[in-house]
Amino acid sequence: MSFNDNVRQIYIDQLNEMKNGGIFKEERAICAPQDSEIDVEFPIGSEKKHVINMCANNYLGLSSHPEVVKAAHEGLDVRGYGMSSVRFICGTQDIHKTLEQKLTEFLGTEDTILFPSCMDANGGVFEAVLTDQDVMIADRLVHASIIDGMRLCKAQNDSFKHSDMNHLEQKLQLHQDKRMRLIITDGAFSMDGDLAKLDKIVELAEKYNSMVFLDDSHSSGYIGKTGRGTQEHCGVMGKIDIITTTLGKALGGASGGCVSGRKEIVEMCRQKARPYLFSNTVAPVIVEGALRVLDIISKSTERRDKLEDNTKFWRKGLTDAGFIIKEGETAIVPVMLFNAKLSQDFAKDLYAEGIYAVGFFFPVVPKGQARIRTQLSAAHEMHHLEKALAAFIKVGKKYDILGKTKQEIIDKYGM
Amino acid sequence: MSALKDVILEYVKNEYLEEGDDREVNFDTPLISGGIVDSFSMVSLKVFLETKYNISIPDAKASPEAFDSVNNIIVLLKEFGIE
Repeated sequence: MSFNDNVRQIYIDQLNEMKNGGIFKEERAICAPQDSEIDVEFPIGSEKKHVINMCANNYLGLSSHPEVVKAAHEGLDVRGYGMSSVRFICGTQDIHKTLEQKLTEFLGTEDTILFPSCMDANGGVFEAVLTDQDVMIADRLVHASIIDGMRLCKAQNDSFKHSDMNHLEQKLQLHQDKRMRLIITDGAFSMDGDLAKLDKIVELAEKYNSMVFLDDSHSSGYIGKTGRGTQEHCGVMGKIDIITTTLGKALGGASGGCVSGRKEIVEMCRQKARPYLFSNTVAPVIVEGALRVLDIISKSTERRDKLEDNTKFWRKGLTDAGFIIKEGETAIVPVMLFNAKLSQDFAKDLYAEGIYAVGFFFPVVPKGQARIRTQLSAAHEMHHLEKALAAFIKVGKKYDILGKTKQEIIDKYGM
Repeated sequence: MSALKDVILEYVKNEYLEEGDDREVNFDTPLISGGIVDSFSMVSLKVFLETKYNISIPDAKASPEAFDSVNNIIVLLKEFGIE
């Protein structure tokens, strides 16, 4: 079938349906390196606007750090631009092995394997290590890439209510007949900004003879006293069997991810994980950048400490101003608006005030839980946060939501 | 019939409503299209039905439409001789 008018119309109709349903996504063009202040074209092609960035995963502010950029340049000079091969043919350099070793040391695990992204790590790991004799039991708010990975795996899948340990225990009891059980959770949940009860999860895993899988993408580098992630924060270093994480957020922000954990599991991924087997791995330039990132954050906790201070200031500022935020300790701070249109209008007004933050609503979050998700960075200085807070308060007053309860906001704007 | 309906409704409420979620769920409430059950966690409902009634529901029959309300599930179970 050629791409005739009828075929084209099918796609036009589907795209229009998304537009009419308010779920059509549009990109903004950032005309600067990633940072706390950026120039943005929105819509693309329009006049550039200088704004404070409150929506990047640039938690440690290392995305454009001079030392990281310098290391990446050196990587380019010394090991070239690309590998033109998958890992097991001729796509593995000495620096890939070094980065895997450094990640193993950083995460306190037995071994690590790099993937082109954490999306790929999550997409490939389950199928590589479980069979139809096993069961995966996932928190219901895990990242979409985990759900995709579980769908590719023949093991039975099941789920438990978000962070509900009683429900998880019921599921572990239900699945005692399986060969192996794997509890699956995110460390920091990306939409709510809360942390998994990892200590309780490990306790249940030990009681019911289960393995634990942790996607620590939104925690690695800054959660825990030395930034080792949720496992450090919860005091369970070395007890997590499988950790996936990304180099695309706090750890430099470029791209790449990994599976780290028990050495036999990592070896199974080297033998069987399809995104590892059938795709080039991270480019040398990114490997060298990531190595420098690990070096910087292993030497000093200065950046994660600053991020912690920024996060405390931001959470307190919003709360004192009368906003409803999702409680938590992470640098992800959702400002709850409940109504989808309000979240869009609010984000638009913030942008006019020079603050770049995005509204999220169904189906990305449950119906009636629309919000502006803000994210802090060690690259934010106090004057950025003060300006952002003043803008939030100004827009909050405009919509008369400050100091209002959830019910009052819903009564005014609807779900 | 009503006992079967009640068992399934009770399971849905316990399995899918979070603490403090006061949404009304009855036999006709759209579960999947209404955002109470997502297509991912629908699997636990399928496993529950298969285990409780000792049946095997093929994937082709376990569609989001077939699971979209307690009444739809009752219709599906009928096909397996469960009433």
